[in-house]
Amino acid sequence: MYKLTHAQYFTALKENRLEGLKCCECEAITVPPKATCQECGSPSLEVTTLSGEGAIRTFTVIRVAPEGLEAPYIVVLAELKEGPWLMGNLEGIEPSAATMDLIGRPVKLGHRVVTGMRYTAGEGVVPLFSLAD
Amino acid sequence: MREVAVLGVGMTKFGPTDLSIKELFAQAALEAIRESNLTSRDVQALFVGNVLGDFAEGQMNLAGFLADEIGLPPRIPATRVEGACATASIAFREAFMWVASGFYDIVLVGGVEKVSSMGTPLATRAFAMATDSHYEEFCGLTFPGVFAMLTHLYANKYGISLPTLKEQMARVAVKNHHNGAMNPLAQFQAEISMEKVLNSFMVCDPLQLYDCCPFSDGAAAVVLASREIAQARVAKPVKVLGVGQGSAGALSRQKDFTVMQSRVASARQAYKMAGIEARDIDLCELHDCFTIAEIVASECLGFFEFGQGSAAVEKGSTRIGGKIPINPSGGLKSKGHPIGATGCAQVYEIVKQLRGECGKRQVDGAKIGMTDTLGGDAGTVVNLILGV
Repeated sequence: MYKLTHAQYFTALKENRLEGLKCCECEAITVPPKATCQECGSPSLEVTTLSGEGAIRTFTVIRVAPEGLEAPYIVVLAELKEGPWLMGNLEGIEPSAATMDLIGRPVKLGHRVVTGMRYTAGEGVVPLFSLAD
Repeated sequence: MREVAVLGVGMTKFGPTDLSIKELFAQAALEAIRESNLTSRDVQALFVGNVLGDFAEGQMNLAGFLADEIGLPPRIPATRVEGACATASIAFREAFMWVASGFYDIVLVGGVEKVSSMGTPLATRAFAMATDSHYEEFCGLTFPGVFAMLTHLYANKYGISLPTLKEQMARVAVKNHHNGAMNPLAQFQAEISMEKVLNSFMVCDPLQLYDCCPFSDGAAAVVLASREIAQARVAKPVKVLGVGQGSAGALSRQKDFTVMQSRVASARQAYKMAGIEARDIDLCELHDCFTIAEIVASECLGFFEFGQGSAAVEKGSTRIGGKIPINPSGGLKSKGHPIGATGCAQVYEIVKQLRGECGKRQVDGAKIGMTDTLGGDAGTVVNLILGV
């Protein structure tokens, strides 16, 4: 039943390709993938490749990290061109330069493979954004 | 559906302790049973909240051990529930429904948490397990991180400069420490200054140490029964007027989470069931895990318009004696936040307030109180309304 599993999504992300799901009923885009449309709940979905382009809506600099990760690093929520928001990390700027004027800045997508965290079911692949302006 | 009331409540002092999960729970549970003029033999079911016992003590399958610790016989079903920081409120709502339905007459509900022995890196990791394990945890998202992003979102959305918002947030910390200083069970019983908040170290931009609640150990418990039993057993039963619970997925799915839809929906259920509105609430114990969290909660529950909650703090509207006293107990911020116990500890404060037993932090004439407990990044939210 799954059109796009988390493993397939991670595999594409490793090639800097952002795979999402388009709802056959309301046409909304769901990303990261799940069993049902994130807007209307319909299970009728088809795979679609997204631009990976968007703008930062909010951010933070994590200075106290969970075990297995090293601070500081930046976490962002970006609004993609196609509508959904996507969480990732931001590279290319120093944490000290992460200020309110980041909000609204355009970003493009890369990726980062995360290993070494305990209590996970294998590695993770994270959207790694960089500023596009 | 039958009317349900709180007979008795119990709570440990919050903060680091050498006591185990079982010992903490028993202290609160036996106090609640004693205050209800009952014995353990009268309890027909136990619902207990705990989040991190697996990691803190290597203890799964906790409920049976807790039932045994307080002397419940083998015929009594004991159930552990988990919903991150909303855990104990979920347990309360479950217990409420079993009594309301008539299936049980007397149910014990409680919550317990022990994290002080875990150390900050493991505790931070374990807390982060309440975010989405595939799409948030690998980003290194932490709970200060969730509310730090919320702060930036709020400032940008409502056009409030970050320094102004930070000052308003600091006032939440100062207020809640002021209240906590009057609560003998609070983890921090000391006033703090604006300067201390704004000069504390940066945990997660823009949240500083005193924007954050502490890691805490502690337990709280409540006995629920039908109204008839409550009236026969205790002098001042407190009625359960309304309950609500909502759910949500990862933050990215929620998009603009300055308006938490799961919380708005949960509060609406509770108000509707109680047949009242936000303006009828005399005091509220809400989920101030971070200073910004109190502001956003106060808006989602309908006490202030969206975008007005931060200014309301500055006006003093949320102080004891203000328009709507928020967190007279000191809140999670000052009283402490043993996450599996917090919901029942909020009920503890509301019950004591409605009975008029809160001394210097008493909200005069309080008749209707509300709790608000947020689990994870709004994945689970519970609201309870109690009244006398």
